[in-house]
Amino acid sequence: MDEVKVIEIKKSVFAENEKDAADLRRELKGKGIYLLNLMSSPGSGKTTTLIRLINLLKDRLRIAVMEADIDSDVDAVKIRQETGVESIQLHTGGMCHLDAEMTRQGLDNLPLEGVDLVVLENVGNLVCPAEFDTGAVRNAMILSVPEGDDKPLKYPLMFSVCDLVVINKTDVLPYFDFDLDKCRENVRMRNPRAKVIPICARTGEGVEDLADWLLAEVRDWKQK
Amino acid sequence: MHELGIVFYIIRDVKEAAREHDVEHVSAVVMNIGEVSMVVPEYLTDCWRWAADKEELLKDCELRVNTIPAVSFCDGCQQEFETVRYGKTCPHCGSPDTWLLRGNEVEIKEIIV
Repeated sequence: MDEVKVIEIKKSVFAENEKDAADLRRELKGKGIYLLNLMSSPGSGKTTTLIRLINLLKDRLRIAVMEADIDSDVDAVKIRQETGVESIQLHTGGMCHLDAEMTRQGLDNLPLEGVDLVVLENVGNLVCPAEFDTGAVRNAMILSVPEGDDKPLKYPLMFSVCDLVVINKTDVLPYFDFDLDKCRENVRMRNPRAKVIPICARTGEGVEDLADWLLAEVRDWKQK
Repeated sequence: MHELGIVFYIIRDVKEAAREHDVEHVSAVVMNIGEVSMVVPEYLTDCWRWAADKEELLKDCELRVNTIPAVSFCDGCQQEFETVRYGKTCPHCGSPDTWLLRGNEVEIKEIIV
């Protein structure tokens, strides 16, 4: 009879990724590069918001973008065409999220000389990306008005890992039962530290507040 | 479908453990999966079968899942309660100041060789 042996491991499967993410953050700190992980559901306006934001900041910061999607390169091409900043497309090969190792591989393909800010546009999904630390300095997410003000209750982990919640498409507020105050309260219940900034990426309203927040963040990261 | 990403993490960690212990074949991997870890055990075992059979070390290796019940603790009255049943609000005193004590685990408990 074969002898059966049990080897105790008792280790979180996320432990290795968390270590990789911490290493990556430390390296980026050394290079003075701020990495922002931007998450949301598909269609919330991540790319449109990014284009507005980059066009406001590109004279003050050197910016590069990594677009992560399951397939296609429409987002990376659009960012490059409409902002002129360096932008690459990462394919996750069917996976619903990025982790620190995939983020590192993406960064290796970007010319990072002199870059102050890298924005990682994560796969559109409110569930899985929240589980994986990418090595970013901050996690931000976009919630758009048509999605509803109850999303912080339904996707608690996503809202609890984000430092910033951008509420997009405020121009359609009159047409939806979306209560901005209630949404703020729902975010606060999940994450009292999260900052909430309402914007409309289509018209540009509020995007300056977002730019101010990010500019202060990047400067703070470089000085600390 | 983050279960597939998690399966790749499990395979990486099991390979490393096998190397450390000089093991040539693993017959089962036992996981502790918390009730509120957002991992669906059926998806995990499906992804596992697909990915594990590609590895010589893990051919026919079974993935066993222990479910860890989720328990929260209330700072208000210092008592525990079932998270899935009561959510964020303490059923004993009604306080919202509660936090998850356990039930978020996604860990490899042990491997059987």
